[in-house]
Amino acid sequence: MHWSSWSEFFSMGGYALYVWGSYGVTFVLLGAEVLMLVNRKRKVSRRTLPE
Amino acid sequence: MVSKGINWYKYAAPANFYPLAGKMVPWFAIASALIFIVGLYVSFFVAPTDYQQHDAYRIIFIHVPAAWMGMFLYVMLALYAGVGWAFNARLASMMATAIAPTGAIFTFISLVTGSLWGRPAWGVWWVWDARLTSTLILMFLYIGFISLQSSIEDPRRADRAGAVLALVGVINVPIIYFSVQWWNSLHQGATITAKSFKMAPSMLAAMLILLAACWIYSIAVVLVRVRCIIREREREAPWLAEAVTG
Repeated sequence: MHWSSWSEFFSMGGYALYVWGSYGVTFVLLGAEVLMLVNRKRKVSRRTLPE
Repeated sequence: MVSKGINWYKYAAPANFYPLAGKMVPWFAIASALIFIVGLYVSFFVAPTDYQQHDAYRIIFIHVPAAWMGMFLYVMLALYAGVGWAFNARLASMMATAIAPTGAIFTFISLVTGSLWGRPAWGVWWVWDARLTSTLILMFLYIGFISLQSSIEDPRRADRAGAVLALVGVINVPIIYFSVQWWNSLHQGATITAKSFKMAPSMLAAMLILLAACWIYSIAVVLVRVRCIIREREREAPWLAEAVTG
């Protein structure tokens, strides 16, 4: 472990915007993909179930 | 003598593949989440600070896996589309359609994270170098494939049209891959070659763990999506009514 404090960790040596921006974009997009897929699954279940 | 192996061909039928895929999804989903957590831990708490790029370089741990998945998924997409077209195999074409959005998202992530890395490391958000430009083309190919398929009503015609686009575009992937050898411009050369790797072991570990996480994530997501596609397209099929209620 080489971070002496949480604030040092969050600042990423001054590159916080770039590092957290990158990881943020990644997980927001992957999360959105999962959510959209859950939605699609729900929609298709409703369509094929009721007789 | 009757040979007692698994009849793999039976899984080419949507009716048999559907429940198999359904059983696989939870395993891959949970594995992916766990491996992401391990990978992120190694990326931020084990891999040391870089001598030249300090902590900005940590973007590499997500940028490289995303770029890799974008390229790899496109090749898989083209393969499935080709098989679906050549053998008139509906399920293979459905797999190609299922892969496209995930590949597109990873390609987009690689472009954005690359840009966010380029700015602090080399002072530019974008250059028209060979690798960046061909990755942008990959992005357009994905968008083209998805748009083309959604614009065609008849599913089998959409499959075939998509297959043509996918196969024509697949030449772009080796161009992306070899671009850093063929042209010497901004994007750095290959760090990982067959003979050696020029980075600290913990850095390589972080990258490979996150690559595994992205790969397993992709499998889970594509399987869920292809099951949705199967249900959408095979609506009239009798096996479906039993599979979803029984």
